[in-house]
Amino acid sequence: MPHADDRLFRTLADPTRRAIFERLCRDGEQTVGALTARAKVSQPAVSKHLGILKEAGLVRDRQDGRQTHYSAQPGALAPLIDWTGRMTGFWQARFDKLEDLLRRMDQ
Amino acid sequence: MSDVRTVTVERRLPFAPAKVWQALTRPHLLAEWLMQNDFVPAVGHHFQLRGEWGGVLDCEVLIVAPEKTLSYTWNHAHADAAYDLRSVVTFTLTPADGGTHLKVEQTGFRPGQNQASGGAKAGWRRFLEKLEQLLARE
Repeated sequence: MPHADDRLFRTLADPTRRAIFERLCRDGEQTVGALTARAKVSQPAVSKHLGILKEAGLVRDRQDGRQTHYSAQPGALAPLIDWTGRMTGFWQARFDKLEDLLRRMDQ
Repeated sequence: MSDVRTVTVERRLPFAPAKVWQALTRPHLLAEWLMQNDFVPAVGHHFQLRGEWGGVLDCEVLIVAPEKTLSYTWNHAHADAAYDLRSVVTFTLTPADGGTHLKVEQTGFRPGQNQASGGAKAGWRRFLEKLEQLLARE
């Protein structure tokens, strides 16, 4: 499970990706085109982010003719809500800060 | 024993154990990466970790083995059992290729239930905001 949790944390650590996920949570199912119109990045970039979100189980796609519709899968957030998952994320974030501090202590 | 939960996070750091130990035990350094504190590396010393969210953790030093092991309690008393936390945090440092393999293990004891969903949601939201700030600094 730590592997899956890692992927979840990393996936949501990216602000653009998180914005896409939050938009899908808020506004419901959308196409790549609709998401791109509201994002600050290109359509290929949005598609790539959606692919990563899909791999983490955070979004699902549905083919409708030539259009692909994406929707959020909030259930995938369960590890973040669970204590173990949250503390894992907490310590990973703190270790990032620790590493940053150690690097600065060098100077 | 379903109410005992352990979290383990490990990291290879390209810094010597002596230096990592400093960051773990000097209050002003600890404050930079963990929380504001009145830590003293002495077994039996009681101290507090004060989080940015206003929460206070009550801690007691359990083990101090310089450059090897540091362990303390990590308790958060709360009238609502859903938020009450009794846990022990243990840092283990192992020399590795000129650097340090750092492991943190947190074992928590809680009544077997999940937090109210509202609080848990606020928790992960805060965490994600923190992650974003961290990454923005890189």
